[in-house]
Amino acid sequence: MKWGLVVIIVVSTTFGEVLQTLGMKRHGEILNFRPGALRKAGALVAKNPYILISLCLMAVSFFSFMALLSIADLSFAVPVTAASYVLETILAKYVLKERVCRKRWVGAVLVAGGVALLAL
Amino acid sequence: MNVASSHLRTKTRLLTVIVVTSNVLGNFCLSRGLKRAAISLAFFPLGYIEALFHPWVAVGVTLLILWLLSRMALLSWADLSYVLPVTAVGYLFTAIIGKFFLFEQVSWQRWAGTFLIMAGVGMVSSTPLRTTYHHTTEARPK
Repeated sequence: MKWGLVVIIVVSTTFGEVLQTLGMKRHGEILNFRPGALRKAGALVAKNPYILISLCLMAVSFFSFMALLSIADLSFAVPVTAASYVLETILAKYVLKERVCRKRWVGAVLVAGGVALLAL
Repeated sequence: MNVASSHLRTKTRLLTVIVVTSNVLGNFCLSRGLKRAAISLAFFPLGYIEALFHPWVAVGVTLLILWLLSRMALLSWADLSYVLPVTAVGYLFTAIIGKFFLFEQVSWQRWAGTFLIMAGVGMVSSTPLRTTYHHTTEARPK
């Protein structure tokens, strides 16, 4: 049950975050943080299909995370869900076309290694 | 470094602090609330409704909504492969909170893992914020 929840969280988080980035990059950089401008940006973002699908996936991820927290420690649940890091960096390179330099790969691998240790 | 890029760095750092703080405190409140409510959501899905009315859970959910929104704003200009590892500094704070406020057993493996994460975070922070082409729906300030 615990590991089933972890798999659901990792898969929905990975795809949710990649779609969220894709959607926000399409929207363009938020430069104006005044309430009126933020409302306008919010209305535009709410019509963005990538953001809508990502929000559904984030909801799945969030409720599964709540379920996991109700049966496991916080210091287990938080690090174990970061198993998605390497998968997300790969998707950042191939789907989002970000130039992932060597330093970022090493950083992501270190983070993943740390996460693995934390989960022991 | 010119004025625009130093302004972008400051804006990025400020938003990163909000993203990390809301995530760590949100998770803490959620975990504490769910432990106090003592509902096993995995086996009792209707418990979500009951759990959401628990004050700690409600505060946790509110903070995590703030986390989601501030992260979306950050992702509108910074790369995902920059944001993910940089916000991972939250793992250190989560381990500390788990040990001192939730009284969980934090083994040496968990501390070692935490420091590996910090090393990864430091490495990614020194790379450029953005590597892809962006268009914007707003006029860029001169």
